[in-house]
Amino acid sequence: MTVKVSMSVNGKAVGAEIEERTLLVTFIRDTLRLTGTHVGCDTAQCGACTIFMNGRAVKSCNMLAMQAEGAQITTIEGIAQPDGTLHPMQEAFRQHHGLQCGFCTPGMVISAIDLVNNTPNPSETQIREQLDGNLCRCTGYHNIVKAVKAAAESSRS
Amino acid sequence: MGATNFIGQSIKRKEDYRFLTGEGSYTDDIVLPRQTHACFVRSPHAHAKIRGINKDKALKAPGVIAIYTGEDIAASKMGGLPCGWLITDVNGQPMKEPPHPVLAQGKVRYVGDHVAVVIAESPQQAKDAAELVDVDYQVLPAVIKSADARRKGAPVLHDIAPDNTCYVWGIGDKAVVDQAFASAHHVTTLEFVNNRLIPNAIEPRAVNAQYARADDSYTLYVASQNPHVERLLMTAFVLGLPEHKVRVVAPDVGGGFGSKIYLYAEDVALTWASKQVNRPIKWTAERSESFQSDAHGRDHVTRAELALDTEGKFLAMRVTTTANLGAYLSTFASCVPTILYATLLAGQYTTPAIYCEVTAVFTNTTPVDAYRGAGRPEATYVVERLVETAAREMKIDPAEIRRRNFIKQFPYQTPVALQYDTGNYEATLGEAIKMADVAGFPARRAEAAKRGKLRGLGYACYIEACGIAPSNVAGALGARAGLFEAGEVRVHPTGKVTVFTGSHSHGQGHETTFAQVVADRLGIPMDDVDIVHGDTSKVLFGMGTYGSRSIAVGGTAIVKAVDKIVAKGKKIAAHLLEASDTDIEFKDGVFRVAGTDKQVPFAGVSLAAYVPHNYPLDKLEPGLNENAFYDPTNFTFPAGSYVCEVEVDPDTGTTSIVNFTAVDDFGKIINPMIVEGQVHGGLTQGIGQALTEGCIYDPESGQLVTGSMQDYCLPRADDVPSYRIGTKETPCTHNPLGVKGCGEAGAIGSPPAVINAITDALGVREIEMPATPQRVWRVANKKAA
Repeated sequence: MTVKVSMSVNGKAVGAEIEERTLLVTFIRDTLRLTGTHVGCDTAQCGACTIFMNGRAVKSCNMLAMQAEGAQITTIEGIAQPDGTLHPMQEAFRQHHGLQCGFCTPGMVISAIDLVNNTPNPSETQIREQLDGNLCRCTGYHNIVKAVKAAAESSRS
Repeated sequence: MGATNFIGQSIKRKEDYRFLTGEGSYTDDIVLPRQTHACFVRSPHAHAKIRGINKDKALKAPGVIAIYTGEDIAASKMGGLPCGWLITDVNGQPMKEPPHPVLAQGKVRYVGDHVAVVIAESPQQAKDAAELVDVDYQVLPAVIKSADARRKGAPVLHDIAPDNTCYVWGIGDKAVVDQAFASAHHVTTLEFVNNRLIPNAIEPRAVNAQYARADDSYTLYVASQNPHVERLLMTAFVLGLPEHKVRVVAPDVGGGFGSKIYLYAEDVALTWASKQVNRPIKWTAERSESFQSDAHGRDHVTRAELALDTEGKFLAMRVTTTANLGAYLSTFASCVPTILYATLLAGQYTTPAIYCEVTAVFTNTTPVDAYRGAGRPEATYVVERLVETAAREMKIDPAEIRRRNFIKQFPYQTPVALQYDTGNYEATLGEAIKMADVAGFPARRAEAAKRGKLRGLGYACYIEACGIAPSNVAGALGARAGLFEAGEVRVHPTGKVTVFTGSHSHGQGHETTFAQVVADRLGIPMDDVDIVHGDTSKVLFGMGTYGSRSIAVGGTAIVKAVDKIVAKGKKIAAHLLEASDTDIEFKDGVFRVAGTDKQVPFAGVSLAAYVPHNYPLDKLEPGLNENAFYDPTNFTFPAGSYVCEVEVDPDTGTTSIVNFTAVDDFGKIINPMIVEGQVHGGLTQGIGQALTEGCIYDPESGQLVTGSMQDYCLPRADDVPSYRIGTKETPCTHNPLGVKGCGEAGAIGSPPAVINAITDALGVREIEMPATPQRVWRVANKKAA
């Protein structure tokens, strides 16, 4: 069985006829070919597939594409400025070496932006607790925490 | 500092922009024209005979293109997956090497073993059809724990090894060791398990194999740490294809930690099948497949003894280990619990006599191979748990007992084959004690006690050996591969440079570190140097990335190629400046006649090399492109001291790491930011081993109980602290950069530091890893009761 879906992704209206069982992450990666959103675990444990849906960070492997009907989606490809200038959170990750292999990075950056949106002045404990839905196997989180703290500080100043 | 002094600077990484913006290109991101997709039918049983496979129904499912089983593999006459290291046992006999088929031949030997591959138009269709492949299993009793493998009457995995034993191997002089124990003042004995780990790179393994009928060639995109090794093993040992007809590309790879070194059944099956169906085939592991089929790590059961004199001087060490290899020999499985383990048992100490015997067994579990540290974490755990326990038993301060036994003279020949070239263990320990404020620990402990919490402090002083070498010695020890590295420096006419390296980067930041080395040596801007790796059609050769070898071996190969560029550049400059070759010096990107102002910049020389109008064509070839192969004369020996401070809540059993200090000696450091990042990641994986991670199989059925991220506890951001990191520097004596390697240190040194801290907090001798809240609570409350 197929179903028609339409939504806005990174500011662009998109639509397709897809199998009903198509996950949102599969729609993003395979139908739209936006491959910055990654699949690391299939079970909503690792957070590599995190995207913004209607302004909230959600795990796109854990919902059907048709559940996002009419939604405003932003993926990692839509985070930097159109001219390529990095978002302050992306820049903070670069400055503080908050990424190594880069696989968890898109989801981590989106969760981190969401974190600072909700908690503009997070403590280290708050950062660590609120990032516990995103696994990173490379950085040991040390520099991710530093990056998030720095980005939060720079967005307040 | 000049504008081109890049070595030693924390330069931001060249690779970051693409990863931060979603522009990385990982294997699963690649879609080829006429793409098909594969799903593997895997064994649900730990041990079973296959009585038959009925694929009729599956073949009729929508979108199915082909289904292959072990029968097709056998008919194709392909070889099995090879093991790259031959261990010779205590009796001088070669290890038992059972066949390791690409798809099961009549029998499955672990949950997740490969039975069939279904190829279909979409991944979903392949998965649906795989459900319809009807395999008739006759379930057999399984053996899961290594302790059971050699019991009389245990189920036998392979006919070639009726006692499930791959080898019994030994190193050291047992008679001398036994004698030392007989006359020792004190003997400390420990028995423990080094827990089995599942690597869990966040990018699952993935393969996309393409066949081109036009020239009978193959292209394999694969999440691999060493594409050339993958190609060599696959063409020479398994498929018998001409090596030049196979291109292996390892594009952006999302972490490896050892698990992406090996030649896996999926890689071979898809390459072979891509010709059968004449279409590209892609497979990406689901996480549950990663848990079941990525090579696991560790899994040792050890009895270890340390003999001491009245002053706490170490007299001898005796170690007996049983290593679980899993169901088959993975690519480098055999050398991990032997060559990479027992040779490290001297640690940082002058222990004069060491004997270690290792029994390696087959069980009905996923194959075990090198995982971050590979043998060295197991050795460090033995040494540092013994040393700390001995200190407590003899009432000597644990730092003091280490100091009394430190190696102070270099080079130092250990009794277990290695020769350390350099080090300063007192310096790293002293710095770690200072940074960790060990002096203030008693007050912190007393304060915690007032809150009902138990504080503990633990040390670990590790040594490791990086960049296995030289090839001829490794070969004499059983290695079936060389252990050199290759690099090529291509200077373009305008003086811009592309460097090709066999060291793959999957998080380590080679694109930055190697560019720093080249830009620094050539005196040109960082932006003028690009690093290329991971494609056998571009890079001349490569042994790949593992064992913290990239900068010491791969980096040195590049330096040697750069040296050749400079040497040729001097000849060209001499011609241009009408001087003698020997009068030309090269500094800061300029060739100059020594003692004069006659000079030509690097780009002037490169242009002359490619537009050779004014050029010594009678003496010199045009062009400026050099390559080098580098085979090190010795391992490098990074070492360091870690201090872990924990606070245990006896009511809940939870352990908080309140302070972790790591002071490492990695020799010269090219990029401190990147090196610290490697330490952070290594520490976290080591803390994972100590506190949260542990692979559990049901001991009867052999089902993998910890088969998902919900059941296997990877450390999350709130499980670990921020770290205190320091470095001391004794440059490696036998490579031009003075570098040692830093990728695994954190994972090697941290587990014993954490366990030493927890046992200190609880006032007990031992606690098993992972020290989960349940285990800690049981120990804490048993003691109280």
